[in-house]
Amino acid sequence: MRLFSAYLIGLVFGLGIVLAGMANPAKVLNFFDIAGTWDPSLALVMVSALTVTGLGYRFVLRRGAPVLGVAFHLPTSRLIDRPLVAGSALFGLGWGIAGFCPGGALPALGTGRPDVILFVAAMIAGMYAARLWRARTVARRYAPA
Amino acid sequence: MTPPILTEFTPWQALGGGALIGLAAVLLMALHGRILGATGIAAGILPGGGTDKGWRIAIVAGMATAPLAWLFATGAMPVVAVPVPLAMIALGGLIVGFGVSYSSGCTSGHGVCGIARLSPRSIVATLTFMASAFATVFVIRHLIGA
Repeated sequence: MRLFSAYLIGLVFGLGIVLAGMANPAKVLNFFDIAGTWDPSLALVMVSALTVTGLGYRFVLRRGAPVLGVAFHLPTSRLIDRPLVAGSALFGLGWGIAGFCPGGALPALGTGRPDVILFVAAMIAGMYAARLWRARTVARRYAPA
Repeated sequence: MTPPILTEFTPWQALGGGALIGLAAVLLMALHGRILGATGIAAGILPGGGTDKGWRIAIVAGMATAPLAWLFATGAMPVVAVPVPLAMIALGGLIVGFGVSYSSGCTSGHGVCGIARLSPRSIVATLTFMASAFATVFVIRHLIGA
């Protein structure tokens, strides 16, 4: 039940991404191209997703616990730090170069297109690189002077 | 570099797609108590990404089934048009993976779930990556003229 419901939720998300056009880099890149072939569709995707999620969360988070779990896992940090801002700036750079974001690429994987597989493989490599980089930075910070 | 591919303004599909994304986010919170963020879910599946992998793998499997379900419902695969060369796909993928790891989230986690909770971190993250993506596309398409 836990796994099956998660599978169906992923399917609903993926269908939303496909219907919205977020699995289509041509459409995503045109949204970011106000000075050129602008396609404002993705602004409406955000408006609609935020409306549904904002209202739904308000209702759901009033309960004590999720239906299939013991507690809500909510991020608690309120720190606006350099990793948050620099990481986001880099994410925007990569998104503008390739036209895929993680939530757009994972559903697009199901088309079996080699370019999507290449993107996801490179994204995973980037995640590992970040992990190594972070470990190195921490090691350097705590190394004896 | 290949020229931009024109796409039409599709307001109803955009609103409908966004509503489905929101519905999935609300259901995941209501049933599993989890944020629906593609970054966290993908990172949690990789080796070294924690022990609670089952629901994350199930969600990614569901996501990747969407094109087939779409094919079944509409008779055609969803449109995925890539207007950039493979080198840019690979470079963009690397930078996206590195960036979202550092910012702990992307469009779904910060942009939808985080802003819906009025998280100050998510608002800053979303404004930053949106501005960065607009600037990147402007530079690539209009300044470099690629």
